[in-house]
Amino acid sequence: MNPIVFGLLNIVGILLALVIGAALLTWIERRLLGFWQDRRGPNRVGPFGSLQVVADMIKILFKQDWIPPFADPVVFVLAPAVVMVTTLMAFAVVPVTASIGIAGDMNIGVLFFLAMTSLSAYSVVLAGWASNNKYSLLGGMRAAAQMVSYEVFMGLALLGVVMLSGSFSLAAIVRAQSGLWFVVPQFLGFVVFVIAGIAETHRLPFDLPEGENELGAGFHTEYSSMKFGMFFVGEYIGIVLISAMIAVLFFGGWQGPLLPPIVWFALKTGVFVGFFILLRAALPRPRYDQLMAYGWKLMLPLSLLNVALTGAVMLTHW
Amino acid sequence: MLSSIRTLWYTFLHLFHRSETVQYPEEMPYLAPRYRGRIILSRDPDGEERCVSCYLCAVACPVDCISLQKTEEDGRWYPEWFRINFSRCIFCGFCEEACPTYAIQLTPDFEMSEYERHNLIYEKEDLLISGTGKYPDYSFYRVAGLAIPGKDKGDAERERPPVDRHGLLP
Repeated sequence: MNPIVFGLLNIVGILLALVIGAALLTWIERRLLGFWQDRRGPNRVGPFGSLQVVADMIKILFKQDWIPPFADPVVFVLAPAVVMVTTLMAFAVVPVTASIGIAGDMNIGVLFFLAMTSLSAYSVVLAGWASNNKYSLLGGMRAAAQMVSYEVFMGLALLGVVMLSGSFSLAAIVRAQSGLWFVVPQFLGFVVFVIAGIAETHRLPFDLPEGENELGAGFHTEYSSMKFGMFFVGEYIGIVLISAMIAVLFFGGWQGPLLPPIVWFALKTGVFVGFFILLRAALPRPRYDQLMAYGWKLMLPLSLLNVALTGAVMLTHW
Repeated sequence: MLSSIRTLWYTFLHLFHRSETVQYPEEMPYLAPRYRGRIILSRDPDGEERCVSCYLCAVACPVDCISLQKTEEDGRWYPEWFRINFSRCIFCGFCEEACPTYAIQLTPDFEMSEYERHNLIYEKEDLLISGTGKYPDYSFYRVAGLAIPGKDKGDAERERPPVDRHGLLP
């Protein structure tokens, strides 16, 4: 096949799969939360309620799209787009399989991923700022502090993987795991990365920027209609992104016996998406100072220790 | 930290628990026989209306949703009209407790939604049922000492004949 056509197909396919998958995730999440709370969740529209997404979409698109008169209109409109764009961009470097993936072999893949997730912090901060509302601003400030501090050791947690595989390219990292998944030698790095990932997507239990019971809805208090929907689709794409990255970095990406590589990738990603939802169902939200103390006093030293240990072991045994 | 992991595990196990949800329109919940739902007016075993228009239900009603008008026919009292405004009714059951003749009763039925509010005002013909409700054998006029055509004083069940106050015998 013509490489350009193949590349375009890749891009369109991944984009569609992501956006539709993220929309479906709203239904999956509500269904799973239902099961974990001994309810049934939405099961009326379509088979098992799977068309709930369509109903929600129709509803949210027909809502009044309102920009408050006191808001900064340009930034206000821009903010929800930023989160979508950055998280979708980050997917460019995720190698779905050896052949599928937009730039899985990019030689700075890990750095690109970190850069894009850091940029998505802007979306929340700008949304909070442009809303011109003190609760939104508080939510935005919390998001900024949280994402910047968790960003630090998210990168550090990845360093162990990069050291072991000797490459920043995600496809190379997956190929380096053909013998042993990196979750075994890099267990500490894995744990730190998962926790940082939760904070990075500001999902429960680290959803302090939203904090319904103290900030209204935090940074998206003033948002309505599809702009509000964009934040949510962005958040769900963020979940898929972090889950895919966990699968790629620590669980051997597309590699696995019997089943085709794409199924393995989807399976591994799906398990972690489920884990994210389980976290929401099970854990309460910490206080804000606890969150920051946890990040700086526990996770940062742990990730540094991980880097040091990995380096020491590599120096002595390689 | 460990307790968080334990919480996660216990929450996960709920995946295999039975759902508590009752799928309402398809699957009806069990309502006890004495559930306080839609109000009805019952009839006695002879098929006559039990209500004797004593107004006690209207007095007992804390939201004043019952109104009626007494009328009389052959010595028996009836409500000329009997009206319950269900948009006000709070289903407290005080009317049922106040009723001396078991006429007004609450039933295990709550499905009475309407699109228009005035449709929630039930008239006597909407409230009257053909049966006896929760008390199948009770008939007020059979046990009451009131004289009606066909039943003189002293003829009621377990009622002694009236004392003749002008007689000399003990």
